[in-house]
Amino acid sequence: MNEREYLGLQNRRRFLREAAGGLGMAALGDLLTADKLTAASADSMTPRQPHFPGKAKHVIYMFMEGGPSQYELFDEKPVLRQWHGKPLPESMTKEMKLAFIKPTAAVMASQFKFARHGKSGMALSELLPRLGTCADDLTLVRSMQTDAFNHHPGQLLLFTGSIQFGRPSMGSWVTYGLGSESQNLPGFVVLTSGRGTSGGASNFGSGFMPSHFQGTVFRNSGDPILYLSNPPGVSRDFQHETLESVNALNAHRYETTGDAEIASRISSYELAFRMQMAAPDLLDFSKEPAAIREMYGVDSEDKDLKQYASNCLLARRLVERGVRFVLMMDASWDHHGRLNKELPKRCKKIDQPTAALIKDLKQRGLLDETLLVWGGEFGRTPMVEMRRPNDVESAGRDHHPNAFSMWMAGGGFKGGYTHGKTDDLCLNVAEDPVHVHDLQATILKQLGFEHARLTYRHTGRDFRLTDVHGKFISKLVG
Amino acid sequence: MTNQIPVFLLVAATSAAAQDFARDIEPVLHRKCYGCHGAALQMNGLRLDDKAAALKGGYSGVAIQPGSAEKSSLIARVASAKDGFRMPPAGPKLTEAEVAALRAWIDKGAEWPEAAAAAKKAPAWKKLPWSFEAVKVPAIPAAGEGWARNPIDRFIAAKLAAENVKPSPAAAKLTLLRRVSLDLTGLPPAPAEIEAFLADSSPAAYEHLVDRLLQSPHYGERWARQWLDLARYADSDGYEKDLPRLYAWRWRQWVIEALNADMSFDRFTALQLAGDLLPNAGPEEHVATGFHRNTLRNREGGVKLEQTFFEETVDRVNTVSTVWMGLTTGCAQCHDHKYDPISQKDYYSLYAFFDNIDQVYVDAPMPGEMEPYRAKRAEYVAKRQALLDEYGIPALMRPWEEKVRWAAKNVGKEPDWDLTYDVIFQMSDGGHKFIWIDEAKRTYRQQEILVDYFIDWYNLVVPKETIDKLKPKELKKKLRALKESYPQLSQAAVITDLAEPQQSYLRVRGDYARLGIEVQPAGLGVLKPVKENGRATRLDLARWLTSPDHPLTARVAVNRMWQEFFGRGLVRTSEDFGRQGEAPTHPELLDWLASDFMTNGWKIKRMHKAIVMSATYCQQSNARPELADRDPENAWLARQNRLRLPAEAIRDSALRAAGLLSESIGGKSVYPPQPAGVMELTYQWETDRWEESAGTDKYRRGLYTFFQRTAPYPQMMNFDAPDSNVAASRRRRSNTPLQALNLLNDPVFHEAAEALTGRVLKEGGADTQARIDRAFVLAFARHPDERERQILTGTLARHRAVLGKEGKLTENAAWLGVTRALLNADEFVTRE
Repeated sequence: MNEREYLGLQNRRRFLREAAGGLGMAALGDLLTADKLTAASADSMTPRQPHFPGKAKHVIYMFMEGGPSQYELFDEKPVLRQWHGKPLPESMTKEMKLAFIKPTAAVMASQFKFARHGKSGMALSELLPRLGTCADDLTLVRSMQTDAFNHHPGQLLLFTGSIQFGRPSMGSWVTYGLGSESQNLPGFVVLTSGRGTSGGASNFGSGFMPSHFQGTVFRNSGDPILYLSNPPGVSRDFQHETLESVNALNAHRYETTGDAEIASRISSYELAFRMQMAAPDLLDFSKEPAAIREMYGVDSEDKDLKQYASNCLLARRLVERGVRFVLMMDASWDHHGRLNKELPKRCKKIDQPTAALIKDLKQRGLLDETLLVWGGEFGRTPMVEMRRPNDVESAGRDHHPNAFSMWMAGGGFKGGYTHGKTDDLCLNVAEDPVHVHDLQATILKQLGFEHARLTYRHTGRDFRLTDVHGKFISKLVG
Repeated sequence: MTNQIPVFLLVAATSAAAQDFARDIEPVLHRKCYGCHGAALQMNGLRLDDKAAALKGGYSGVAIQPGSAEKSSLIARVASAKDGFRMPPAGPKLTEAEVAALRAWIDKGAEWPEAAAAAKKAPAWKKLPWSFEAVKVPAIPAAGEGWARNPIDRFIAAKLAAENVKPSPAAAKLTLLRRVSLDLTGLPPAPAEIEAFLADSSPAAYEHLVDRLLQSPHYGERWARQWLDLARYADSDGYEKDLPRLYAWRWRQWVIEALNADMSFDRFTALQLAGDLLPNAGPEEHVATGFHRNTLRNREGGVKLEQTFFEETVDRVNTVSTVWMGLTTGCAQCHDHKYDPISQKDYYSLYAFFDNIDQVYVDAPMPGEMEPYRAKRAEYVAKRQALLDEYGIPALMRPWEEKVRWAAKNVGKEPDWDLTYDVIFQMSDGGHKFIWIDEAKRTYRQQEILVDYFIDWYNLVVPKETIDKLKPKELKKKLRALKESYPQLSQAAVITDLAEPQQSYLRVRGDYARLGIEVQPAGLGVLKPVKENGRATRLDLARWLTSPDHPLTARVAVNRMWQEFFGRGLVRTSEDFGRQGEAPTHPELLDWLASDFMTNGWKIKRMHKAIVMSATYCQQSNARPELADRDPENAWLARQNRLRLPAEAIRDSALRAAGLLSESIGGKSVYPPQPAGVMELTYQWETDRWEESAGTDKYRRGLYTFFQRTAPYPQMMNFDAPDSNVAASRRRRSNTPLQALNLLNDPVFHEAAEALTGRVLKEGGADTQARIDRAFVLAFARHPDERERQILTGTLARHRAVLGKEGKLTENAAWLGVTRALLNADEFVTRE
C-alpha cells in the first residue's frame, strides 16, 4: 500500500466502517444500515494477513542501549589473557573503527567466568545466572555485525535500517504490516528504564509513514500514556457525557459536510476512551499471583530491579492484550569506564526479570508466538579504555561494530542454539556473520514477511526496513 | 561463449586485436560489468561499453591504464579476494581465465577497436521530467464566465467544464472569515472581527478583510512556520547529546520579519543562501544564512571531524535541493540518480558550494540591546577576568593548551590528552581551530569559547583532587550569573566563506573517506550553467535558482503556497518534482502562477492574495457525493477541502478562544507546561531541564515552543508537526486516539476550557441560549443551528445531572461540559 491509497480511504466507505465501532451512535445507525458496505481490510490498524503464515505474532524487543560487552557476557575469549596489558599489532587493528581509544590501546581480559548451561551446553557468563537457566530456549548469535560505531547512527541502523534520518522504525514496519489486535491499546508500545537513550524518538518513530504507526511511550511516572487521566475534577461519568456530546456534534457536522474524516475522529475518541478504561487494569499487578510477582521481582527493594521487572511483566500483559510490538529500552550499557563494577550491577538488574519473562511466556504457551530479541547497537573492543591511566577501576571498553553478540528466544527461533563464531580476540566474525539487516530480515520472516516485499512508497521509491540489504538467516530458526 | 557476441561486433571485427577484443574481452565486460557500468547506468561514473568513456575512467579516477594491468584499478577490483571491494559486488565473480585475459589485454595496450561501439541506450533520465521544461506563459482559458473572479478560476473552470462539473457555491460568510483568517494568520477570528465583517455589507468587504490579514503581524508567524518546516528548524542539536541552541530563534525572528515585510522570494532566497556575500552585508543579511545552521550536529564522543562536516554538508545539499528545486537529490550522494537528471558529479558540484563554509556566531542585536551593552561592556569584561583570575584559570590554562597542541601532534601517546583534543571539536564551537591561534591574536569570543571549554573539560587530564580544589562548577555558576546580570547582545549562528577555498571532491559511493574526482561549484548539468567563467559562489547559486529561466524554483514555490490554501499542491508531491513525483493536476495553471510570480517580482503576499481572492478558494468545502467516485481526492477542486489544523494552530485557537493567548511577536523560544518526564527520554535530561515559562510566556503561540529534537513537545508531535530532522515540505493530517487524549486531558487544553467557560458565563449573559451562542462564536466563529442548540442544551443538562449525582454541581462545572465538548469537536480542529 502507498500513501495515496491511504489518502484514498478518506471517503464515505471509511466513515461508515469506522463509525461502526462506535458507542452510542444512534444518529449514525440509519446511515449505516442504509449502506451495504462492510469493513475492508485496508484500514490502517485492523489486523492484516502477512505474506505467509508467520511463526510469531508479537515482538518484545529488549534494547540494551549503549552496547553490552560480549566479552563479559556471551563470547568467552581466553586468548585475551595472553594479550592482557599489551597492544595488538597494527595488522590486527587497522580495520577497526574506534570512537574514543587509539588502535595502540592495550588489551584487557575479562574477569568473569563462563559456565555451560542446559542440554545444549550453551556457554554464558556468571553475570547472567538466571538467563543461563533459559539457555535451551535461547538462540545466541555471536556473529552480529553493524556498520556504525557511534550510538545514534548505530541505533538508527538497527531500528530503521539506515543511518539517515526519516525512516520508519522496526516497530512501525511491523504494525504497518500486521496491524494491531488490540481494541483498546496502541499497537506499538515503548517502555523505558534507566536514563534517556542516544537514539531518542527515532528508535520508535514512524518516519514517513502515518504517525499512528509510531511507538507510544508508556511513561514511568505519572500517566503511563500521556494525558491518559482525566483532568482534576473530571469524573469518569462526566468524561463520558463530554464524549457523547462531542460525538453528537461530530455526527451532526458529518451530516452537514459529508466529510468522512469526521468518522475517524469519532472512532479515535472512542478508542481513547477505551484506552482510559483499559489502562488501569493493564497496570494493576495486584491480581498477579505472588509467585509471579516474586519471579519477576516487581516488589523488589532494589529500585532499578523493580523498574525493569515491572517493564517485563507489563510487556507480557501487553502482548496478552494483543499489542503487536513492545520495545523496551534500557539505558545505558555504554561501559567506557568502570566496566567491572557497572556491568555486574546492570546485569543484576535485568537477569532475574528477563529469565522470568521467558519462563512466564513459556508456561502460558505464548513463547512460540512471541519473539524476544535482546541486545545493543554494537559490541565492545578487546582493548581497554582507560581515561585515567593510573586508575585501574576506571577501565572500560570502546565501541566495536565488527563483531558482537545478541540473543533471541521464541517466535520460532531455535532453542539452545549458538550461531556464528568470532576469531580468538573477537575482532571479527570468523563464521556465519549476521548483519543487523539480516537480523531485521529474519525477524520479519518469522512474522510472515519477505523483507524485500514489505515496502512503503515514499518520494517515488519503495522503501523497506532492510534498505537494499539483508538476508533471511535460515539457520537461526527451527 | 562465442554465441553471446553481438553480431555487429563480429562483422566489425577485422584486425587481430579487434578479434581478441571481440572474442575475449567484450563478452566478459558485457556479462559481468555492463549491468552497472553500461549505457543505461554508470555506477560511480564509470562506463565500460564505450571506448572513450571507458578509457576516461569514473569518479574514482582512471580504471584502465593501457600497458599496465598492475596500475589498472579495473584489474585490482575484479581480481580482489575481498568481499565488498571485488567487482562485481554480487553474482559470480570473474573466472581466473577471464581475469587473465583482461590482464593480458591491458598489458598489451588495451587495444579497443573503434568499430566496437555498443548499442547506445540513453539512460532513463536523459528524457527530462516535465518539470525541467521551461516555464511557459499559457493563454488564460475563457471558461468560467460569470463565476471566475481572476485567471486562477479560469484554469480551474476549464478543467471542470471539460468534466462537465459545476463548482460549488461560495462558502458562508463566516466560514470564509474563519478559513482565510486561519490560512493567512494561523489564528481564528476574534468576536470583534466577526461582528465587523458581518456588519460590512459592501462588495469589497472580503477584499478589505484579506488586505487587513496580509498586513497583520501574525501573517509572518503563520507563514514562518511553513518555512521552518522546510528548514528543519529546531532549538537543539539533535543526535545523542541534543544540546540546546539558545540562539536558534534569532534566525526564526529574521524569517518572521522578512515575511511580514513582504520580502520578495528571490531576495529571501539570496539572503539565506548567501547573505554574507552580498555587498555591504549588515547583521540581518548574516542572520539570514542561519538557514544552514539548522543542520543537526552530532556531538557524540568519538565522531570524526571530517565525517561530521561531510554529513552536515550533505544535509545542506539535500535541503537546498528539496526546498528550492523540489528534487530528492539524496540518491546521487552515492550514484547517478536513476530517474532524475542528477548525476553524482552534479551532486558533488552542488556540495562544493557548501564545502567551503565556516560556521560561526555573530552579534545580532535586537532593537534596544546595543546601548546598554556598550555602556556596561568594559565593566563586564573586567569582572569576568577578575573571576577567572581568582580561580587561577589563566595560569592553569596556558600549560594545558600547550599540552593539548602537543597531544594533537602526538596521537596515541597519552589517551586522556587525545580525548581532550577530540572533545574540543565535539563540545565547543570552533575551539579546535582557535587553540592554534596565538592567544594574543584571538578574538574575545574565541578566547571565551576556549576558556569555557577548559573549565568544563580540564577534569579529563587532572586527578579528581585537583578538580575538587579548583571548583569548576562553582566558577561556572558564578560566570553564568555574572553574564546574566549584564546586558548581552543576541547572537546568531551563521555561515561565512573560508578565507581560502579548498578543493572539493566527489565521494565514491557516498563515503566521506573515499575521495573521487575533483569537482567545482556548479548547478545541475542539464540546466544552464550557474556561471560561465570563474568560480561560482553561493550568491551565484541563489541567482541561478531565481533566474527567470530556471524551470523549478518558481513552480516549486507557488505549488507549496497552493498546498497551504487547498490542502494539497497542484503537484501533490510538493517535495518531489522529479519523475517519481506526481504530475500536476493543472499544469497550465501551475505555469501561469509560476510565470506570474516571477514577472511580478516574486512577491509572496501578492500571490497569496490572488489565491484567496479566487472563486475557487472561496467555495464551500462540503463533500460532493456525486463526485466521490470520479474525483475522490478532489483534484479538480469542484469544492474547497476541510483540513485538520496544524498542531500550532490547534494550540493557538484554544488559547485564543479562552482569551489566554499572548499575542506578542517574536523573541526567544518559550517553555509552556508539559508533563513531567517528557525530557527523561533525552540523553541529557538531568542537566537540561524544562523550566516552565512564567507569566504570559506560558501562553505564547505554538511557533515559539522550544523544540527539543530528541523529546519534542508532545502536543506538537501528536498533531503531526515534523520531527525537524529533514526538510518537511508538507505535513500529514493524521487522526489518532492520542490526539483525543491530548485535547481532552492535557492541562493546557483543560485550562483553556476553564477559561473559555469563564468567558461564556461572563460575556454570554444569564440566558442559556445566549451563552450557547457565545460559546459557539468563541469556539467556531459562527452561530449554532437549531440542532446544535438542542445538542448543547442536552449537553448542559446531562453534565448537570452527573454533577448533581456527584454532589459537585456548580454553574461553572456544568458549562465546562459544554466548552470541553466544543474544544474537542472536529470542527474546532478543522478549517472548513
